[in-house]
Amino acid sequence: MSITEERRAAVIGTPMLRREDPALLTGEAKFTNDIPIPGALYLGVLRSPYAHAKILSVDVSAAMAFPGVVAAYGGADLTALWAAPMPCAWPVTADMKNPPHYPVAVDKACYAGDAVAVVLANDDRVAHDALELIDVRYEALPAVIDLEEALSDRVVIHAGAGTNKAYTWDLKCESHEGAVDEAFAAATHHVKERYIQQRLLPMFMEPRACAAVPQPFGGDMTLYSSTQIPHILKVMTALTLGIPEQQMRVVAPAVGGGFGGKLNVYAEELLCVALSRKLGVPVRWNEERAENAMSTIHGRGQIQDIELAADADGKLTAVRVRLIADMGAYLQLVTPGVPLLGAFLYAGVYDLPVAYDFSCTSVFTTMTPTDAYRGAGRPEATYAIERAMDSLAAKLGIDPLELRKRNFIRKDQYPYTAFSGLTYDSGDHLAAAEKAAELVGYEALRAQQATQNVDAGTKRLGIGVSSYFEMCGLAPSRVLASLNYSAGGWEAATVRILATNKIQVVTGATPHGQGHVTSWSMIVADKLGVAPEDVDVLHSDTAISPLGLDTYGSRSLVVGGVAIAMACDRVIDKARKIAAHQLEAAPEDLDFIDGTFSVKGSPDRATPLAAIAFAAFTAHDLPEGVEPNLEAHVTYDPPNFSWPFGTHICVVEVDTETGHVDILKYVAVDDCGVQINPMIVDGQVHGGVVQGLAQALYEVASYDENGNLRNGSLAEYLVPAASDVPSVTTGHTVTPSPTNLLGVKGIGEAGTIGAAPAVINAVVDALSGLGVTDMMMPASPMTVWNTIKAAQAGSTTGGK
Amino acid sequence: MIPAAFDYKRAGSAEEAISLVGEYGEDAKFLAGGHSLLPLMKLRLAQPAVLIDIGRLSDLSYIRDAGDHIAIGALTRHMDIEQSPLLGQHVPLLAHAASHVGDPQVRHRGTIGGSIAHADPASDLPATTLALGATYIVQGPTGTREIPAAEFYLGFLESALAADEIVTEIRVPKMNGAGWNFQKFNRRAQDWAIVGVAAWRRGNESGIGLVNMGSTPILAVSVSAAIASGAAIDDAAKLAATDAEPQADLNASIEYRTHLAQVLVRRALTAAS
Amino acid sequence: MQISVTVNGTTHESDVEPRTLLVHYVRENLGLTGTNIGCDTSSCGACTLHLDGEAVKSCTVLAVQADGQRVDTIESLAIDGVLHPMQQAFMENHGLQCGYCTPGMVMASIGLLNENPNPTEQQVRLGLEGNLCRCTGYHNIVKSVLACAKGAHS
Repeated sequence: MSITEERRAAVIGTPMLRREDPALLTGEAKFTNDIPIPGALYLGVLRSPYAHAKILSVDVSAAMAFPGVVAAYGGADLTALWAAPMPCAWPVTADMKNPPHYPVAVDKACYAGDAVAVVLANDDRVAHDALELIDVRYEALPAVIDLEEALSDRVVIHAGAGTNKAYTWDLKCESHEGAVDEAFAAATHHVKERYIQQRLLPMFMEPRACAAVPQPFGGDMTLYSSTQIPHILKVMTALTLGIPEQQMRVVAPAVGGGFGGKLNVYAEELLCVALSRKLGVPVRWNEERAENAMSTIHGRGQIQDIELAADADGKLTAVRVRLIADMGAYLQLVTPGVPLLGAFLYAGVYDLPVAYDFSCTSVFTTMTPTDAYRGAGRPEATYAIERAMDSLAAKLGIDPLELRKRNFIRKDQYPYTAFSGLTYDSGDHLAAAEKAAELVGYEALRAQQATQNVDAGTKRLGIGVSSYFEMCGLAPSRVLASLNYSAGGWEAATVRILATNKIQVVTGATPHGQGHVTSWSMIVADKLGVAPEDVDVLHSDTAISPLGLDTYGSRSLVVGGVAIAMACDRVIDKARKIAAHQLEAAPEDLDFIDGTFSVKGSPDRATPLAAIAFAAFTAHDLPEGVEPNLEAHVTYDPPNFSWPFGTHICVVEVDTETGHVDILKYVAVDDCGVQINPMIVDGQVHGGVVQGLAQALYEVASYDENGNLRNGSLAEYLVPAASDVPSVTTGHTVTPSPTNLLGVKGIGEAGTIGAAPAVINAVVDALSGLGVTDMMMPASPMTVWNTIKAAQAGSTTGGK
Repeated sequence: MIPAAFDYKRAGSAEEAISLVGEYGEDAKFLAGGHSLLPLMKLRLAQPAVLIDIGRLSDLSYIRDAGDHIAIGALTRHMDIEQSPLLGQHVPLLAHAASHVGDPQVRHRGTIGGSIAHADPASDLPATTLALGATYIVQGPTGTREIPAAEFYLGFLESALAADEIVTEIRVPKMNGAGWNFQKFNRRAQDWAIVGVAAWRRGNESGIGLVNMGSTPILAVSVSAAIASGAAIDDAAKLAATDAEPQADLNASIEYRTHLAQVLVRRALTAAS
Repeated sequence: MQISVTVNGTTHESDVEPRTLLVHYVRENLGLTGTNIGCDTSSCGACTLHLDGEAVKSCTVLAVQADGQRVDTIESLAIDGVLHPMQQAFMENHGLQCGYCTPGMVMASIGLLNENPNPTEQQVRLGLEGNLCRCTGYHNIVKSVLACAKGAHS
C-alpha cells in the first residue's frame, strides 16, 4: 500500500451538502423574532408620512393612556440617550457634509419613513394599535426627489449643511496632464451615454428584527439582531450610545438574507438598546414589510454620464465618467462610499491607457437613505461600461463580442497594473468569453437573429453580452485607508483542536445564507485531515467571536476563509513540534498527510493528530517552550482585492406589440479561482443573476412627486418569483488567485454585477432594427413599448 | 401587519348570516375565503367591527349541471373551479381563468362568490363571468333575487349587492363548444392583470370580458357588435377599449393599457375563432 | 374566542383574539416558529403551511377560521430525525441559502406534488408563483422539486 492510495479524497472542490440545511429545513433554526424573550416590551415606530416636513408637535398622551402601553416618546424626549448621531463610517472627503442623523427625528422629518415617535407596549399588537393614537403635527415642506434638482439647492434639506451636495470625489488618472482630453480629441470614435441606475429595495426575505436584553446584574447588554455585521454593530452601538464596548454583546442569530441591506447600524437597533437600558427590561422590534420598504436602506440611485474614446479599431483610449449619486436623506453606515467602490471599474475588463477621468458628486434627497446593495457600486459601473461598449460596437458596426475581444486585458498581461495603479492579480477574459459564447451557441443565435428579426416580425431575438470584473474581497486595510474608510479590511480566525481531536473554528465572518459553516469545515477538513462533520464553526456572536469584520463585499472566503486556512497551518506547525518531540525527529523531517505526522522516509514512524491533540491537552510531556493545547489565532489582512471575472450572455425574445421581454436563455461563465464548494458557487451565481435581471426587468423604487414610495410592498415591488425567471446555465473557468493561500476569489456579487447589462444589451440588441439604442431599467413592458414607439416616431429612417 | 380588533360571528346558514348582518348593520362584513378582505384589514384599509364568517356554509360549495347552465355555489373555491371536470367540459373558459387567479395558496382559499361580491375590476373571475353572460343569485332578508352579471357591477368595488345580501350561486351558461381564450398580461404570474381578456366566440356570436380596464369589469360590447356584423378580428379588436375607461397606474399608462387591450383582444379572438 | 385546532397531529384548545392570524397562532401560541412571516400583502408565501392538507398562506387566514381543522407546519415533516423527501431534495440540490423562505417553499412544493405528482419544469415554476426567494434565483428550488417528484416515481 502506498501513501498515495491511502490518501483521503480532497473535500475542497466537491459539492458537499450544506451542514446548515437540516436546521433551516425543519424550522429548527432560530431567526431573531423566533427567540422567546420573557418580559420583553415591543417597540413600535411611528414614521413620517411626509418626505419633508417640520415637526411642529408630538403628542403621545393618548397612546400612553392605551391599555398595555408602557411608554411613548417623541424624538425630543429621547435626545439624552444619544452620545453621538447615527454613524457614517466612510467620510470620503474631508469636506463631506454629514448632517446629524438621530434614531428619532426631532425638528424635521427628511424622508417618508423617518421615525418621529415610538411606543413601547407589552404586546406587538398593542404597540401597533397605540401608534395610531400618537398625534404629530407637521408643516409639509417641498420634497426633493430629482437628483439634478437637488443639486440646484433650490430647496436645501439640511440647513446646517447649507447645501444638498454631500461631496465631490474625483479619480483622475493620466499618463501626463491632459491625457484624457487629448485622447478624446484624437479619438476616431466617441461614445457619450447617460444611464440611470434606478433605486432598488434589497427585499431580503426576513424583515429586520432586533431585541435588546439587559443583564439584570452588572451593566452588560446583549443585542440580538438580524444583521450582517454583529462586530461592527457592537462597536458602533457602544460609541453611539456611550456604552463601554466590553459591556456590549451582539448576536446575529439565523439571518434571512441581507444583500447589503443588513450591513448597517439602524435606528431600531439603537432604540431597542437605549430604551432597554433606560427601562431595564428587554425591548424588541419586528419590522413589517411596509416599514422595511421605507426604513431599510435602498440601493443604487445614480445618474451616470459615461464617455468612451476609441481608435479606428475600437480600442479604448480614454474613459470619462460623471456620476450623480443619490445619498437619500442622510448618510448611513457606508452610504457615501458606494460610488467609490465602483469608481475603479468604469473601464471594466479592458486594457485602457492611463487616461481615466472619474468624478462623483453625491447629493441629498428627501428619500430613504441609500447604502450598499449587492454589488454596491460595481454593478452600476459594469452596467455603464458594458452598455457603452455595445454603443461603441454599434458605431463601429462590429459584433459586441468582437469589440470586447479586441479590448480585453490579455492573459499574458497579468498581473496587470491598471490605469488607477491597482494591480489586477489574474485573469483570462478571453477564455471566459469564448466559453460563454460556446455554451450559448453564439454564432447560431446570430444567424437565427438575422432571419428572425425581419421588418414585420413582432417577436425579436436579442443577444446581450456582458464581461465584468468583481473587485471584491474587501479589503486591504491600507487601501481602505487611502479611501478614507474608518475601519480595516482584515478578518479574524481561530482554529482549536479539542482533546478528542474535534475541531472548533471561530470566524469573524458572519453568514446569512452563504454556507460559511460548510465551506470553513471543508477547508479545515482538508488541512487537518479530519472529517468535515468533526469541525464546529462558531460565528455571529461577539462574545464567542470577539474579533471580526463580518460579511459583505464578497469578502468572507477570500479574507475570512483564507484566515481559517492560515490558522490551520499554524496549528499544524505547533502540532508538528509536539509530534517531532514524540517521534524523536526534527520538526522539519516530518510529513503531515491526512491527519498523520510521519518521519520522511520512515512511514511506520508516525503519530496521528488525534494523539498530538490529546498530548497537547494533557500537557504531560510537551517539548520545551511549547504551551499546552492546540490553538491558533490569525488576523489576516489581504494584500490585494480579489478579482473574479466572467462573461454573461443573455438571449431574449421581445414581443414588440406588448413590450414583454422573455428570457430564452441565460449563460453565466464566472471565474472565481479555486472553488471550495462548486455547488455553493453555482448557487451564488444563480441568485446573483436573478437579482441582477430583476433590476433589468422588474424592480424600481417608484416615488411620486411628493416623495412617497408608491410600491412599498411585495405586491407592488416586483421581486420576481420562479414563474418569472429562467433557469441559469453556469460555466466556469478557473484562474487561481496568486495572492492568497487558497487561490480563491469572491463570488457573492458576481452574478448581480454581470446580469443587468447582459439583459439590457440583449433587449436593445433585439430592438436595434427598430431604431432603439437604449432602454431604461427596469425594462417593463410599458417602458419597452414606449421606447419602441419613440424610436419609430423619432426617425422615419431609423426604423430600418 | 395585524388587523384592527373586531368581533367574529360564524354563520351556520345563509339565513343566519343575513340576519347577523341585519343586526350589526354597516359595521359588519362577510368573510368567505378572506383573500380579498383580510389583506385590506391587515393594512387597516378596512376596519369592520364585526366579521360574519360564511366560510362554513358547505352547502354553498358545489358545481352542478343545471341543464343549459352550470350552477356554482358561491363558496366554491378557485381551485375547485379550475379542476372541475364539469366546468372543463361545459365552461372551460371559466375553469381556465380560475387557474390564473393569484397563486395556488390563494386558489385554495379564495372563493368565486367572494371574488364577485368584492367586485374588483382587476379580478379575473368577475370579468370572465361577465363575458360568459352569467347570472348571480343573491339572497337577502326578503328572499333571493337574480342579478345578471351585466347589471351587477356599478363602480369601483361597488355592486348591486345590498349590504344585507350575499351571493349564493353563480349560474354560467354552457359554452356549447364555443371557441375561447383567456389572456392575462402581467409582470409576475402572481400579480393582478395589467389587462386581461376573457373571450369566447361561436360564429358571429361572442363575449369579451376585460379585466382591469376601468372601475368595473368591462364587457366589450362594441367588439362583439363588430364581430356580429362580420368585421374582421383585426378591425373589431381596435374597438377593445371603446366600452372601457382605463386608468393609469405604475404598470400602465392609459394609452398603453388601451393598446394592450387591443392587442390582447385580437389575440384572444384569433385563438377563439 | 375558543378554538380547537389539530396542529401536527396534536389537538390544541386555545382562546384567541378573533384578529389573530393563523401564522401568529402557530408561532406565538404554539411556539412553532418554523413558519415565517415575510410580508404584509399575501405575496411572499414564507408563511405557507397546510390547512386540511392544502397549502395556504397562513398570514391570510384567521386562527378562528382554522377552528376544527387540521394544520400541518414545517415542524411536522421530519420524523425521528429523518428528513421528508422534499426536505432531503432541497438539501441535496442546494435549494436553500438563507433558509427564511424555505419552510414555506417546502410546504408549497409538497402541496404542488400532491396535486401534480409529475410536473414539468414550467409547471413547477408556475406552481411556486406565490413563493418568493431572494437568494437562490429559484434554479435549485425548481431542481429540488423535480428531483423529489422523480424520486417518488423511481
